[in-house]
Amino acid sequence: MNRAALILLLLLLLAAAAAHLLLPLGSLADARAIDPRLPGLLLTELRLPRTSLVIGYGAVLGLSGAALQAVFANPLASPDISGASSGAALGAVLGLYWLGVADPLLLAACGAAGALVMLACLFLLAGRRAEPSTLLLAGIALSLAAGAATSIALALAPSPFAFYDAFDWLMGSFVDKSLPQAVAALVPAAVASALLLRRAAALDLLALGDDVAASLGVRPRRLAGEVIAASAVAVGACVSVCGAIGFVGLVAPVLARSLVRGHPGRAMLPAALIGALLLTLADLAVRGLMLDRPLPVGVVTALFGTPLFLWLVVRMRRGVMT
Amino acid sequence: MTALLSARRLRIEGRLQPTDLDLVSGEMVALIGPNGGGKTSLLRAIAGVEEAKGSAEIDGVVLAGAGPGRGGMIGLMSASRDIGWPIPVRDVVTMGVARPDAAAIARLLVAFELDRLTERPVSSLSTGERSRVLMARALAANPRLLLLDEPLSNLDPYWVLRFIAAMRGHAAGGAAVLCALHDLAQLNRFDRALLIADGRLVVDMTPALLVRSALFEESFRIAADGRGGWRVKPSAGPRSSP
Repeated sequence: MNRAALILLLLLLLAAAAAHLLLPLGSLADARAIDPRLPGLLLTELRLPRTSLVIGYGAVLGLSGAALQAVFANPLASPDISGASSGAALGAVLGLYWLGVADPLLLAACGAAGALVMLACLFLLAGRRAEPSTLLLAGIALSLAAGAATSIALALAPSPFAFYDAFDWLMGSFVDKSLPQAVAALVPAAVASALLLRRAAALDLLALGDDVAASLGVRPRRLAGEVIAASAVAVGACVSVCGAIGFVGLVAPVLARSLVRGHPGRAMLPAALIGALLLTLADLAVRGLMLDRPLPVGVVTALFGTPLFLWLVVRMRRGVMT
Repeated sequence: MTALLSARRLRIEGRLQPTDLDLVSGEMVALIGPNGGGKTSLLRAIAGVEEAKGSAEIDGVVLAGAGPGRGGMIGLMSASRDIGWPIPVRDVVTMGVARPDAAAIARLLVAFELDRLTERPVSSLSTGERSRVLMARALAANPRLLLLDEPLSNLDPYWVLRFIAAMRGHAAGGAAVLCALHDLAQLNRFDRALLIADGRLVVDMTPALLVRSALFEESFRIAADGRGGWRVKPSAGPRSSP
């Protein structure tokens, strides 16, 4: 890949991360006036979990989006469109409100299980080499079903506040997350991401078709299983803490492939950087708006992502894959 | 002469009966058979797709155990010419080549007249152009065994001749070529012909003898018309699929 572009991307991400962690500076100065130790606590206890979750979740969305697109040979396969995010949300809601799971790591496992069920269903419904539109329809149907099931699970939950509690979280939010929550989401996500990145070369070969890839030593079905499991773990863990966030996982890989001469596997690393950058910018925007009450960050990504998604659909109608 | 390819009990459930096959260095072998007869399945089984069972050795090395060097052992061009991703032609040609030889790649690009298309996304090319890209890719690692699944379909007459010359050139360099095809007019350019029907290898002989065999007429449900062409056998009934 173009090294200059990669470095530029890294620098942009670092700048956005620094801004995300340090802004607004005013409240840090105010805290310092009260107690000199307070700014440090504010940074590590409140802002660091949020910044690391934003960067980690964004990276997971870009990375797993690129991996799913490579394995389904489909530029529309992404954590949200495939139903994985909605499945993870359903898994986390069931775990939290019905099974009484309080441990963040166990809750992450519930999210991963939900995402895995959805991706397995998608695999069975549409197959791995389905037409892009077939996959899209199956994914949307699964997302709707999971969304409805989540609403039922919340409405009938033993806790009468479940529905109200869950609103912000379901739309994707980084507000008031603790350090243990960040660890529960990001450690499994990092392990799964590392596994995905190791498959970059094999995913590139998959572009030649399953048979040619197999002649070169790739085992396409096993590879698909690995990518689906790893993506489910990474996405499920992040969704269980921060809710379902759309469009980043769709858009980041598309942008990333233009940096790596179209190779779907090699696009994973830049897609992770772009996903992290996009989500950091979206969360900065949410915080910068200074509304009466916080806006879920998923609203912002959807607002900017939808036009891009439509543009992709129109391009695909003309038979161009990006 | 020791075999270049030695395949034993290759099989794919429901597609290919257990099949043994030996190919020797320098040999250019045609693989013919009716639609659904098992041509593609045999090529896939030799290439080592996941659902295939049995063993294939190339120069005595078991293919299944070979690591990244497999590109140098086997070059497969599959029947599908679809590559959806917008990867430039030059990149596609070198995909799966462990150590690309720049001069050899450049020669291939010129030979298949791809040198003006090197930066074009492969997904934007015509089917015939994509055939040339995929043929060049199959040859790029200079594989010992070249497996081609109907490489001549989608090609204009000029490129049919050029592809056959490329196969002959590759075989002359000491490799073996196994090529599935439907165009019987090209059959006499091969050294040996295999007929596969109902998932079984039924005939293995020279092309000239093969087209005169009774099994050939039975499998294809056609007969020589005496003027160098073919006609549908009047007695032909619907064929039961395997």
